[in-house]
Amino acid sequence: MAEATATFEVRRNGTASVVDIRGDVTAGSEEVLMSAYDAAADARAIILNFSGLSYMNSGGIGLLVTLLVRANRRSQRLLAFGLSDHYRQIFELTRLDEAVGIHDTEAAALAAAGVR
Amino acid sequence: MADTDPAAADRDATNWAKNISRLNVSSTAGQSIPRNVDGKRVAGPFQGFGRMWQKTYQVRLPLAEVSSTGLIATWKARFPDFWPSGNTFYAPLTGIAPGEVALLDVGLPGGRMKLSTGVMVLYADDESFTLMTPQGHMFAGWITFSATELDEHVVAQAQILMRASDPIFELGLELGGHKQEDVFWQQTMTALATHLGHPEATVDTKVVCVDKKRQWSKWANVWHSSAIRSAIYMLGAPVRGLVHRRRTS
Repeated sequence: MAEATATFEVRRNGTASVVDIRGDVTAGSEEVLMSAYDAAADARAIILNFSGLSYMNSGGIGLLVTLLVRANRRSQRLLAFGLSDHYRQIFELTRLDEAVGIHDTEAAALAAAGVR
Repeated sequence: MADTDPAAADRDATNWAKNISRLNVSSTAGQSIPRNVDGKRVAGPFQGFGRMWQKTYQVRLPLAEVSSTGLIATWKARFPDFWPSGNTFYAPLTGIAPGEVALLDVGLPGGRMKLSTGVMVLYADDESFTLMTPQGHMFAGWITFSATELDEHVVAQAQILMRASDPIFELGLELGGHKQEDVFWQQTMTALATHLGHPEATVDTKVVCVDKKRQWSKWANVWHSSAIRSAIYMLGAPVRGLVHRRRTS
């Protein structure tokens, strides 16, 4: 398996879990991402913070799809904020934006998740 | 917003396709007819109808003979050559590069009908490339081809993340289509290994159902079905031939 080049730190904010992503997200990030998800599993919403993202390849996008399926299975919402213009466009191109709520700021994502 | 590392920004611009709303195949050198691709949107796994599958096909080759980047360079350059006979991949003029569209003619069981469709190159770097399907393709999703160096070997991999596009394709996949697809990619991987001097390499296949739910809200995808449109086009061939003969006589 490829080496993990990203970190995923989970912090709780009310009924949501915010996952702070740092580094390069690739297929090699699967184990650490899924561990982070397990740590956030009892939340009603999972909010991905992409502010610290350096790079993501198509393997990384594939991981997000897998994460989304797992979240849907548990009736959790998946939201994102902090995406650069480039990765917003990648979300649009891959049509992930139709399944993941994208917001400009953490406050906006938390509000959309119903957390105050 | 995300950090702007110049090297990462450069990789972003180079490796990913530009955001587009509709596919345009006018610049493709393929000989297939782009009727099922031109003007279509791309469709990811969440736009499909059927159950979601992740299928992985791998072959291991000695690292001493080929590097991961060398393998991917070969795979990109000779991609159509590794396809099983009876199927045609019309590569873009500029090769497999982000944003390019390739046309495909894929043989269906029975051998009489060909399904004309296509793919867009979503992503490409030195160690991987990803093809994404358009609306109407037999499945909605993407295929990532990659090579990883591991324990004195290079592992060449094709990994598909997909849902059948519509209820008809879902039925077809359940009635033998999945098996046919496995054979297709196993033959492709064997052809790649053979080209690299290892016809004896075995293909490891791993199939995982990622999501058992069908997305019934997507049943209307059938409107775009390349199978139905290809069949209508084939059935209309005698009429078009007659019209063409009258015009030229």
